[in-house]
Amino acid sequence: MSRLREHLNLFLMLAPALAVVLVLFMGGLVMGVAQSLGYMPMIGKTDVTLNAYVHILTDENFLRSLALTCWIGFTSSILSTILAIVAALVLRQNLLGTRLTTFIFQLNIPVPHIVGAIGVIFLFSQSGLISRVTHLLGWTQAPADFPVVVWDDWGIGIILEYLWKTTAFTGVILLAVLRSIGEDYEDVARTLGASAWQRLRHVIIPLIMPGILRSSILVFAFTFGSFEVPFLLGKRFPRALPVLSYEYYHDVDLGFRQEAMAISVIIAVLITAIVLVYMKLSETYVRSD
Amino acid sequence: MVSVAKTQPEELSESMGAQERDASRSRWGRVFSYGVMVAIVVAVLLPLVPIFIWAFAGRWFYPDLLPEQLSLRAWQYVLSPASKALDAARVGGTIALVATVLSLVVGIPAGRALALYKFRGRQLVQFLILAPVIVPSLAVLMGIHIAFIRFGLAGTATGVTIAHLIGTTPYVVMVMSSVFSNYNPEFEEQARTLGAGPVRTFLHICFPMILPGVVVAGMFAFIISWGQYIVTLLISGGRVITVPLLLVNFASATDKPVTAALCLVFLIPSILIIIVTSKYLTGEEAALGGFGK
Repeated sequence: MSRLREHLNLFLMLAPALAVVLVLFMGGLVMGVAQSLGYMPMIGKTDVTLNAYVHILTDENFLRSLALTCWIGFTSSILSTILAIVAALVLRQNLLGTRLTTFIFQLNIPVPHIVGAIGVIFLFSQSGLISRVTHLLGWTQAPADFPVVVWDDWGIGIILEYLWKTTAFTGVILLAVLRSIGEDYEDVARTLGASAWQRLRHVIIPLIMPGILRSSILVFAFTFGSFEVPFLLGKRFPRALPVLSYEYYHDVDLGFRQEAMAISVIIAVLITAIVLVYMKLSETYVRSD
Repeated sequence: MVSVAKTQPEELSESMGAQERDASRSRWGRVFSYGVMVAIVVAVLLPLVPIFIWAFAGRWFYPDLLPEQLSLRAWQYVLSPASKALDAARVGGTIALVATVLSLVVGIPAGRALALYKFRGRQLVQFLILAPVIVPSLAVLMGIHIAFIRFGLAGTATGVTIAHLIGTTPYVVMVMSSVFSNYNPEFEEQARTLGAGPVRTFLHICFPMILPGVVVAGMFAFIISWGQYIVTLLISGGRVITVPLLLVNFASATDKPVTAALCLVFLIPSILIIIVTSKYLTGEEAALGGFGK
């Protein structure tokens, strides 16, 4: 096949997918940014201003929401990564029951977050199933005695749902990485006298580090930017950033639209920046080890 | 690795001792392992338990651990036209089916190109296609919403389907590129030398070999579209009602049995995908494995 023909083939194979991404995703992003700057030619506004951003960044609502969203993102991604490492290390062994447990471990991956959030409400609300168990055990007398973990100040219900879903996601990735690495490196370390802890710290963790970094950043990006779970499990104030943005977008006062756009652009820019920095850092980390 | 390599030679003679230590410790290791396994099973299944119970519960007041009586009221309501659940399932299912087919048509060739060809800009293309998975979609959605209003696509099932492609296409490309990275294109050359045209080669050589991957990618795409909440809500402005929209409405209205029953309806595609992919889920490879590499 001639070179030209091969290039043409390649282009034809990639063009449809790239069109979807460039037109819908990038196009949407550009239009979102333009509107956050007040550029809305359809309603005759063509002045570009940073008003919405100035407004947002001095708004206490926004700052409290930003803090809450960061807290949820960091806590969920760090905890779920730790849980996933432990789970993957246990499940890669050849023990009785590991195959069945691995199967169950992955069951909730295709379960939508909305269902997980409703499960969390049914379990952890003050009259939920857990509260009924603590009543039976005599630890609580009434629903009000049970700690507020859903619709609470710290987003605990939100974090619980994210842990439930994302631990399986990260764990499955790490399990696949561990299996592809095999146990040869560890056997060498063992023959050289490395203890179990040393093998974990100096052999296994560095080998699976690329997988850990990539999956944890995906989890962070997701938990930072998604809507449903904080919408269902979050308090009215402060709200997670995506929820705040959506509510501004639908405010009867159309003047809030620009602010809504500004918030969602800030979310997208923050995530992109964090991902890029993280990738850069992880590259150097992985190379030096 | 570094500190292991520094181990002194005289310590090597103790490696037997170390192994015995490992053996004696492995009893505790096993206890720990089983503890973790029990915790995994409980943690995964626990949030689903009250959903299954509530869906068939009649009167169930605090502090009863189980319902006073069972009832099919929620199901009678969900299956009746009044709840609009069946309509929502039909609309959501159609949208998801069309989005799946479209993202497969677009994603299979792209996955093949990324896996089998080395070319300049490959990483950039990969990054662009994966960007929608990482960058939260709200800004994008609010941006295209205005354009969709302009083109008359906002508030229509067509507009919602197009918007769903942003979420489904990257996954299809990702799954298909990992499928094609284990694919040997030499079989196609043999068919071509034997006189088969490109279409016949694809249908008789390539397609049968990638079919299992296509099924998995298609099911993932379906489930992503079927589960989209904010995309559907924003683009349709609530005028195209799918199952998640209905479900969130009922969850906010606190009718627990109906919410739970709708959850189970919402879970049907998830249950199907678990059944179809179960051989991957217990086996040595996982559908998501490509993420870590």
